[in-house]
This record gives sequence, C-alpha cells and structure tokens, in this order.
Amino acid sequence: MELNSYQQEALNYQRPNIEKFGKRNWFFTIFFGLWILAGLYALYLQIAKGHGVTGMRDNVVWGLFIVNFIFFIGLSYAGAIIAGVLHLLRVPWGKPIVRLAQMMTVISIIVGPVFILLCVGRFDRLWHLFFYPRIQSPMTWDVMAVVTFLVGAVLLLYLALIKDFAVYRDAKLNVPKWRQKLYAFFANGYQGTASQKKHIIVSQNLLSIIMIPLSIVVASILSWIFGMTLRPGWHSTIFGPYFVLGALFSGCGVLIVAMWVYRRMYKLEKYFTDKHFINLGYIMMLLAAGYGYFTFSEYFTSWFGSEKWDNEVIHKLFSLKEYGWWTLFANVAGIVLPILIVAIPATRKPKWITLSAFIMVFALWVKRYLIIVPTLESPALPMQDTRMEYVKYSATWPEWVLTFAGIATFLLFFTLISKFVTVVPITGLEDPKAKGQQSETDKTEE
Amino acid sequence: MKQDEINDKSRREFIKNTAIAAVAATACGSLACSCSSKKASSEKVKLLSPDGEIVEIDSAYLNHQEHMAIVSKLEAREGIAGKKFVMVVDLALCKNARKCISACQKWHYRPQETEWLTVKLMKDSEKAAPYWFPKQCFHCDNPPCVKVCPVDATYKRNDGLVLIDNDRCIGCKFCMAACPYSTRVFNWDEPEQPFDIRNLASNPETGLPAKVGTVEKCDFCPDRAREGLLPPCVEACPNGVFYFGDENEDTVTNGSETVSFSQLIKDRAAYRFLEELGTKPRVYYLPPKDRQFPVERGYEDLDSNIKERFKYIMEPDQKKS
Repeated sequence: MELNSYQQEALNYQRPNIEKFGKRNWFFTIFFGLWILAGLYALYLQIAKGHGVTGMRDNVVWGLFIVNFIFFIGLSYAGAIIAGVLHLLRVPWGKPIVRLAQMMTVISIIVGPVFILLCVGRFDRLWHLFFYPRIQSPMTWDVMAVVTFLVGAVLLLYLALIKDFAVYRDAKLNVPKWRQKLYAFFANGYQGTASQKKHIIVSQNLLSIIMIPLSIVVASILSWIFGMTLRPGWHSTIFGPYFVLGALFSGCGVLIVAMWVYRRMYKLEKYFTDKHFINLGYIMMLLAAGYGYFTFSEYFTSWFGSEKWDNEVIHKLFSLKEYGWWTLFANVAGIVLPILIVAIPATRKPKWITLSAFIMVFALWVKRYLIIVPTLESPALPMQDTRMEYVKYSATWPEWVLTFAGIATFLLFFTLISKFVTVVPITGLEDPKAKGQQSETDKTEE
Repeated sequence: MKQDEINDKSRREFIKNTAIAAVAATACGSLACSCSSKKASSEKVKLLSPDGEIVEIDSAYLNHQEHMAIVSKLEAREGIAGKKFVMVVDLALCKNARKCISACQKWHYRPQETEWLTVKLMKDSEKAAPYWFPKQCFHCDNPPCVKVCPVDATYKRNDGLVLIDNDRCIGCKFCMAACPYSTRVFNWDEPEQPFDIRNLASNPETGLPAKVGTVEKCDFCPDRAREGLLPPCVEACPNGVFYFGDENEDTVTNGSETVSFSQLIKDRAAYRFLEELGTKPRVYYLPPKDRQFPVERGYEDLDSNIKERFKYIMEPDQKKS
C-alpha cells in the first residue's frame, strides 16, 4: 500500500495507540468488565425469578430498559446519518471523524437491542419473532428494521476499514502474530489497484446512500412502537420526525464527547482540531433548536387542546410534585444550554462544547424517560390500586445495574476497537494544506 | 396352542385397554384427576365452616372444578361456530358486592391480587355522582392489542372473542401498552397454581395453566360457553348486573331473566366505554339511571385495603388531611 507523506505521518503517529495496551487501558477494561459481570448477575436474577425483580408492573409495563433501547438505537441512527452525509458530500474536515461516527453506529446497534430483549418476558421464545411473525405489528417492523440496519452498518464500517487493514498489514506493526493474521485476513487481498479502489468507493457510496433513508425509516419505526398506540403523549403524528431528530441530536452530542475523550487519551489534537468541535457544535446547536421546536409544538398542542387525557400527562410533566423538575432539566440542559454555549463566542471552545454535549446527552436520556413513564402512568381508567409499585414506577437495582452494564459494554467496545484499528482513518485522510494534491487524489478516487 | 391364543387375546386386550386409558387421560386432562379423587389422599385442607370454625378436610372430598381441554389449539383460534358473544353491564344494579371478582378468581385459579375483572369507582366529572363500574375485557371488534402482537399470540376469533395463546406469547407487553382499558395483566413471577392445573395441557380457551413471563386477561370463559354455561362472574352476581349472550341470536341473559339484546340496549340507551377510540368494544354499558343502591353500599363494608382504593373519591376531605 502506498501512502502519501501526510497519511504516513498519521500512521506513525497512531502506531503506539494500537501497538500498546497500557495500564490505563487495562484499568478501564477491567472496570467495564466488572460492571458487565454485575449486569450478568442481574440478568440471571431476572431470568431465574421473573420480571418481578424489576420495577415494571401492569400499568408501567416498560421502564428503564426501553429508555436505554431508544437512547442507544438513536445514537446508532445518528452515526449512520452523520457519517453518510460527511462521506457523500465529501466534506473535507469530516474525513478524520467519519470512522468515529461509523464505530458509534455499529456499537450502539449491538448494545441497543439487548435492552429491548430485556423487556421480553420469555427469552426462550424469541425465535417466535421469526417463526410466527405478524406483519401488522410495529414490533415486527422494528425487528426487520434493526436487523437490516445492523447488517448495513457492519458492512459500511468494514468497507471503510479495508484499505486501513491493508495498511496495518503492510506496516509491520509490532503486534502479536494472530493480530497480523487478522489484519491480513480482513484486508482481503487489497493492494490498491485501480479496480479495487473503484469497487470500494462505488459500494461505499451506494451503501451510504441506502443507510441515510434507512436510518430515517428505522428511527420512525422505533417511534411508532409508541405512536401507533392509543396513548396520550404517544399517539401523535409528530412522533416519527421527533424521534429522528432526537436521535440525530443525541448522536451528535455523543460524537463530540467521544472525539474529546480520544483527543485527550491518544493526543489527537492534530486530527480532531478545534474546528471539528466548533463545526459539530454548530450542527448540535441547529439540532437543539429543531428539537426544541418539536418539543414545544408537542406540549403546546396538547396543553392548548386540553383534552382530559392529554392534560393528565401534561400536568404530570409540568407539576413540580411529579416530573416538573425533570422536565425543566431536560429542556434547559438539553435544549437551551447547548444553544447558548455554542452561540456565545466566549464559550465556543472544545472544552465547553464537550461539557454541554455531555450534559445534553444525559438530559436527552431523561427526556426519553419522560416520554415513556408518565404516559404509562396515565391509563384511561383510574388505577385504583393500593399496591404503590403498580401505580408509580421506580426502577429497582437490577434495572440500574443492567443499565450501567449496558453503558459499560458501550464504552468497552470503544476502548477495545480503538486498540485494534486507528481512531483516525489513515487512507481516508487528506492533507488539509496540500490543496492541489487533494484534488488529484479525488480525481483518481472517482 | 390354546394357551397361546389366550395369551394373545389378553395381550391384545391389554394393549386396547392401555390405548383407551391413554386417550381418555389426554382427552379429559384434569377429569382424570377428579376420577381418582374418590380415594382418600393424605393432603388435608383447612376450611372455614358456616359456623365460623376452622375444620380440616381431606382434599379428596372437596368438589374440584374441572377445566377440560376439549378443543385443539386450532379450534381455539377459530371460535364457536355461529356465535357472536356480547355482554351488557347494567350500571344501575351494581353495588360493588365483588362476588363476580371472587368467582372469576376461583374459576381461573388467580391469586387474590390479580384481578381479570375489576370494579372501578368512576366519577366522570367534579359534580357528577360516583358509580361502580365493573370491567372485564371488552373483546373489541377493532382490538388495538391484537394489532400490535408481533407473534400472533393474541388473536380475534369468529365468535368475537379476543384470546391469548400463552404458549406463543413472548411477553413483550406491547399489547398491554396498546390496550387503552388496562385489561391485561402480566405474570411477573411464577404464578401459584394447584399441581393438577399446572400440569394441564395449555388451552387458550381457559388460559390455564398460567405461565410466568406471559400476558393474560379475561376470556369470557368460552370453555363454559361450549357447555352452555354462563361465565362465573355472571352467575355469581347477586344483582344480575351482567347480561351475557349471543348477538346473532339477539338474546342476553343475566341468569334469571333472558331478554332481547337489541331491545335492551335500545330501551336503556346503552353506550360503549370510550367509543371515540374506535376500538368497537363488545361490552355495552347501561347508564346508572334509577339506581337500586346508593353508592355507599358498595363502600362501607369493604376490607380496609380495598377501601383504600376508593377513598380519594368517597372521602376526599380525609385524603387531603
């Protein structure tokens, strides 16, 4: 594989990141591993004792698990759309972060569905979904959507990685034999011939074009699990676009945070420049405004119409005795804060943008909780139950442990993948200073 | 030679008998259990006698209820030919006696706290008078629960019933989220059931045996309908609140009187709960006009924990303090 000097430099710079597995990496791996073990124990309890160990009951049939499901799946769709747009529009500054977005897509489409499986009472009958599927159920649509998306996301990440695998294979990295063999295996005989280049770029373009509308479709289907029911706060035509935008928004935030963490950890200031943070910050600000508009539109319509049933949910959301503080937090920290931080030039710095993105991601998780739980706590008939756990949802420790185990899995994947491939792609890079050279490579690629 | 013939004959007879026994056992299910229950078993059951004394009786002498798995899964999906089950609930007659609930729970072997049939205390608006509102499954003609089931575990039959095959159910609870009437209940833990019930072949018409991690609900007792019996809630009601019947025959009965279904809902201005949702329930309510009992009659003598449920309507001032 021939590399230009800029790409060679990127390889040499990142070489130690994938060659060495340092003390800090071990620490995080073991730390996340322990959380995952705790999660497995909670899972064992849930399977052995039944769903009674969770806080879910007959009225609030879904809880933290489905909140996490929406959250992670959303990240995945966002990653696919961001990576797809950056790739297709050939955004020059986007090259170093495309891989990060694609990694996020694949990791969260693996972690997310685990949480919907945790909502299922009978693990032993999951095959029924494939043997007795019923096409009119939004759940069946979702199964098809997630499986299709998973295949697409993995393929796209792999296509983008083939050239880099060839680079790692030829670079004689100081890594164990099995890893060298793996690189050679995944490089799949890539030598950089004209025909190979052409095939990769064509399939990458096609797949990117497919993945963008697919992300929108699957995010909408996810929202229809709720939107298709006759529930106040759910049964709304805005739900499809609302979920698409919410997914993009939180995904953008996670991308910023991931960029910051890798920049610190692997000293990637040269590739994840301040410009990346500011550009993604602008995107985040725009999405925040859009999301704020949707949220306002949703609440305002329900409140103004003031139907009895809708009103009950709105009241729960805004009453300070119920979810008022959380609603306030979700909307201030999730919408107002990122807009202000990016809008004010003094705070438009990587550090602050990352901090606001981190808080916003948490706020959006809370927002998903506020979409799910208050609606389930407002059935049409009065609950009239003396068992408090049937009236009001509160998550139990197995649910929390499994939630943290999910986050740990997500982070563990990020840690391990960054030790196997370079976070900044080598072959996709272009020297921002060498303008003439860039257009030349573009020509040969196309 | 003759000896061989005898042996042969007896062997044939033996095989025949075993086959009959096997067929009988599978066909009758729990019936076989009740046949053998004539013999005294070692299991003692404590009961409260009419005089208020606790007596211990051998379980063999108790009259066990029988649930017969008389139809196949396929038949249980088809429904009873020519029928269109319907229910009319007369709200003017209900005084929350709660006999329907206990009868239902006994018939379906449900623990005390899982109510397939609930009685709610409704108060439609601030000034409106509260009234008791018994609620089974509405067996909607446009059922939101059936629409969302991903595995065809819950289904609509030709006779109008919405049933659940709990062998098929994966427990995703989507149907529970979709049902606007909070009808469905979930087996969060391993359900407690008598030994012989737990070993029955699963039958969607009885919902037995209940299974952990699956959804269940009121089924209008089609197993009893097949034998010409009314659901236990209808039979148990002391005031004849529930009229159960067949829309095709245009007759409904509360056990003591049999009336024309169309005439009844016409004369008494029947309505369906939350008609505006478009679910087309098969249960009609007669408005609580000219009530037979004051609403307090259903409240005063309740157990304290059940009383607690309705306190916020019956004693709103106390709740505030």
